[in-house]
Amino acid sequence: MKETIITSGRMNPGIDPVLHAWGWEIPIYLFLGGVVAGILFFSAFYFIRGKSEQYRTTVKIAPIFVPIMLAVGLLALFLDLTHKLYFWRLYTIIRWESPMSWGAWILMIVFPLSLIWVATFIKDIFPKWDWKLPLVEKVVDRFKGYQRWIAWGLLITSLILGMYTGILLSAFNARPFWNTAILGPLFLVSGLSTGTAFVMLISKSHEEKAKMGQIDLILIATEIFLIIHMFMGFLASTEVQIHAAHMFLGGSYTAVFWTFVFVLGLIVPFISEALELGGYNVPVAVPAALVLIGGLILRFIVVDAGQASRWLYKFVEQLQ
Amino acid sequence: MARYAMAIDTKRCVGCADCVVACQTENNVPIGYCRDWIVQDTYGEYPNLHLEIRSERCNHCADSPCVRCCPTSASHYAEGGVVLVTHDECIGCKACVASCPYDARYVHPEGYIDKCTFCIHRVKEGEDPACVAVCPTHCMIFGDLDDKNSEISKVLNSRKYKTLIPEAGTNPHVFYLL
Repeated sequence: MKETIITSGRMNPGIDPVLHAWGWEIPIYLFLGGVVAGILFFSAFYFIRGKSEQYRTTVKIAPIFVPIMLAVGLLALFLDLTHKLYFWRLYTIIRWESPMSWGAWILMIVFPLSLIWVATFIKDIFPKWDWKLPLVEKVVDRFKGYQRWIAWGLLITSLILGMYTGILLSAFNARPFWNTAILGPLFLVSGLSTGTAFVMLISKSHEEKAKMGQIDLILIATEIFLIIHMFMGFLASTEVQIHAAHMFLGGSYTAVFWTFVFVLGLIVPFISEALELGGYNVPVAVPAALVLIGGLILRFIVVDAGQASRWLYKFVEQLQ
Repeated sequence: MARYAMAIDTKRCVGCADCVVACQTENNVPIGYCRDWIVQDTYGEYPNLHLEIRSERCNHCADSPCVRCCPTSASHYAEGGVVLVTHDECIGCKACVASCPYDARYVHPEGYIDKCTFCIHRVKEGEDPACVAVCPTHCMIFGDLDDKNSEISKVLNSRKYKTLIPEAGTNPHVFYLL
């Protein structure tokens, strides 16, 4: 038997009995960051492939939502800070060892880049759009000559953004559930998948929806593969990670994860997209909405479960 | 260059929590918070029980995950390898809070991240940290590992000791004498 008690009492708010450093703000941001990465990646990809007109929603319309999503995501991040007036300190230094630092910097690149990207298309979507200021008009026209360069920039930075949302968490070895290299690829694939789902939701072209559905099918399959491998990795690892896996295999996250993320967020959309591919008429909004909701719940669960998994004082979890 | 560390004798600690109160008083720790705490581990089957009492705090690790993940370098290694937080560089992102396997950090009500400082303000004056100074059983030793003649170097040479979760790769600098 081993029993551990903190006899002097330790109830530091946000730390005890279970770590609660990050609330709803971080998962919201991670989700939006993933969707943005997905939208920008496919927008840039199909632009480079010369399919701007064929996949008009993917390339030109969906990115219009990106700056709004990023703004909401950044607002959530800002709200999470406890020493808000000093947030600018993020941009006085680059610390390569800190995922948080290069995440802040990649956002500093992606945000303006996405604004420029949207600006160069806005007149194709809204023909009556007027920049009002001749200078802005001139600058935007100037950027139109560099669309290909911007597309390549977005292709790379969107992948880094999508990956980083996972690496941010996996870099903490203090939280066994986060401490897996699979989390980066998993969040990237999930982000790309939610990006395609968003395009499917707003697109009016049947051909485009079908194409995005096909891509999403592959992404979902990859995601399922990664999730299974993540748990296999945990179960084959050290005691703390086995313990972390058991939170999902019989523990308190079992029902919510396997129901909402795995079955409703992955398996059901996979089957309905596969049926669609096989010629059955499934309203595409259903799998698309499920993928988006599943992606959001995945972030909430991962952020929460990571904080519940730890090295020390396992007695705390037994009290739950 | 000094390398400050602390050794705590689990054979002498009685868990009176004087160190906890001394720290709260010395450092004006906000009510409801603590920078150090007492842990009691009980091993064995009744009636053959073994009790280990430890006064725990920030381990001032030499490979600190908190310093590594800090995006602004507010968390840094200060003089003597002591891990400190510069308040007006801290943005309160809480990455360091999540990164600490010992859960030694917390958000101060004023917004910045706070934790044990090894009472560096006292150490600079040549005094022991508050927790060490008040310990009624003299079970805590604070000193410089680089000085081979310091009490802590001698005791770590002659006694068995352990650190907490060394497998997290943090290289902690609070030692527990067994």
